Amino acid sequence: MAIVEIRDVHKSFQRDAQAVEVFTGLDVDFEEASFTALMGPSGSGKSTLLNLVAGLDRPTSGVVRVAGSDVSTMSASQLAPWRARHIGFVFQSYNLLPVLTAFQNVELPLLLTDLSKAERRERVMVALGVVGLEDRKDHYPRQMSGGQEQRAAIARAIVADPTLILLDEPTGQLDAKSSQEVLGLLQRLNGEFRKTIIVVTHDPNAADKAKTVLHLEKGDLVEKSRGAHA
Amino acid sequence: MKYLPLILGNLLRHKRRSILTTLSVAIALFLYASLRSVSTTLDSATEAGSTSRMVVRNATGIVFPLPKSYINRLEAVPGVSRVSYANWFGAWYRSEREFFANFAVEAPSFLDMYPEIVVPPDQKTAFLQDRGSALVGVDLMEKYGWRLGQNVTLNGTIFPGEWTFTIRATYTVTNNAFDEMSFMFHYPYLEERTERRATPGWFYLKLDDPDRAPEVARTIDDQFRNSSTPTRTETERAFNAGFMTMWGNIKLLMGTIGLAVVFAILLVTGNAMMMSARERTAEIGVLKTVGFGGGLLFALEMSEAVVIAVVGALLGLGGAKLLWANVKAFQQFLPGFGVTPGTLAAGAGIALLLALVSGFVPAMRAYRLSVISALRTVE
Repeated sequence: MAIVEIRDVHKSFQRDAQAVEVFTGLDVDFEEASFTALMGPSGSGKSTLLNLVAGLDRPTSGVVRVAGSDVSTMSASQLAPWRARHIGFVFQSYNLLPVLTAFQNVELPLLLTDLSKAERRERVMVALGVVGLEDRKDHYPRQMSGGQEQRAAIARAIVADPTLILLDEPTGQLDAKSSQEVLGLLQRLNGEFRKTIIVVTHDPNAADKAKTVLHLEKGDLVEKSRGAHA
Repeated sequence: MKYLPLILGNLLRHKRRSILTTLSVAIALFLYASLRSVSTTLDSATEAGSTSRMVVRNATGIVFPLPKSYINRLEAVPGVSRVSYANWFGAWYRSEREFFANFAVEAPSFLDMYPEIVVPPDQKTAFLQDRGSALVGVDLMEKYGWRLGQNVTLNGTIFPGEWTFTIRATYTVTNNAFDEMSFMFHYPYLEERTERRATPGWFYLKLDDPDRAPEVARTIDDQFRNSSTPTRTETERAFNAGFMTMWGNIKLLMGTIGLAVVFAILLVTGNAMMMSARERTAEIGVLKTVGFGGGLLFALEMSEAVVIAVVGALLGLGGAKLLWANVKAFQQFLPGFGVTPGTLAAGAGIALLLALVSGFVPAMRAYRLSVISALRTVE
């Protein structure tokens, strides 16, 4: 069953006086509990597609339906709580808030819920446990390595148990060892916890861990293949 | 409360900048409270003047004296129950910089007419019995470490020479409009030393009925209108108000300076808030991605401005209140000088306005910022 349905999506940007077409009628589905890697050259529309699915950006026309909701028609005030409920997003540059500890960073999505302090704490500790950072909970981002920061960012993305986990180049700034740790973690989230994962990547190793690999080129889906671990 | 770590974290991100911004607000509010207190003290001094007492002075100006012989004619005016008189002495203590208010008063009648000035009975008796003695406010006694029975020499200016007095009594006041920093001595002693060249600077009148004040004033001023020394008679309250106008339009001046300071600090605070918000553009994008709505981010940004304003207000307004309650420097010139609850409320209102205005632009920016453009600042 498709948890994400992209139908006839057009997306264009205005760059100076020129309109740049990114998608001209894109159709694609992402199945529930799938692990998909989006690959393609720079400017092919990978990150734009991720942003559309996350409700961070809107299509010029077409439908982006996620977990039954048409994201493309929702207002900004509707999208914020929707994102809190359905989307866990991981950035290439981690984007942890430097003034908060790992615990407080992971707790952020839960502040938007009605959970009590004790319940929030319990969930944060579970998420930190999944990524193996319980002992770093009181550390600030500057006190952690890049791999640890990215694991904390993943903990923040999963702590509210979202429908989808979206990752934009999650291993782009990591060394090989840390990359493997993060990719292993994503496999575990998909396999053990049945999380639907879409990851944008240039890294063939990352794509190998996915069950499905989608290749985009100039906004078109040119190839769909099965990952090495499918 | 659950967002407190985020608010405090952002405020403490650049500790020095936050501290300096908060101190700017504190100093602005301190200055505002202090300047406004000058106005409110002048107002309350005017309002504290009794309507059952009147003051008769030279119509030409308060610096010109009146003939002492007027006393008999003033006592004869219907409605006047008691007359006293005084003269500004204007001497300094050990140096010209050590100056305090000093008057020659017709002590028995003066003390009867001013129950607000409280003198212990035994000291009052000692003061009234000794023509060369002085009655001194307790704050002035404390300032110079004087004690009863001590001789104090003042250096005359209007009436030159060294004038030595024995302190026989001290006074306290029951009304903040009066100070406890004055030095009073017997008018007959002034007369005696100046061989009667000194004449009263003004007369005090006690009325049977405050409602008769206009009639009494008219009668007295008409009586002396064609004399060589015409008078101007008014209630003590009106006299105080007139005295205050000698300061010029002090309220306008103080108000203008106070608001200018607040406006300058508003720009400083607004600039600091904008800088802080700009530096966090990408973080606003991250928070929006996580699910923080525009309204919540607006409130969080405003909260930071409110925290700065509240801490600044506590330091500035609280500091002014505490300082002027304990420092007597202004009491000599402005009896009762202090920060009123009204001034504290006005200062709190300004602090709130400061928070709203300085926080609004960055808060609105956080509210409206699109996630994509926010994230693009680092991605």
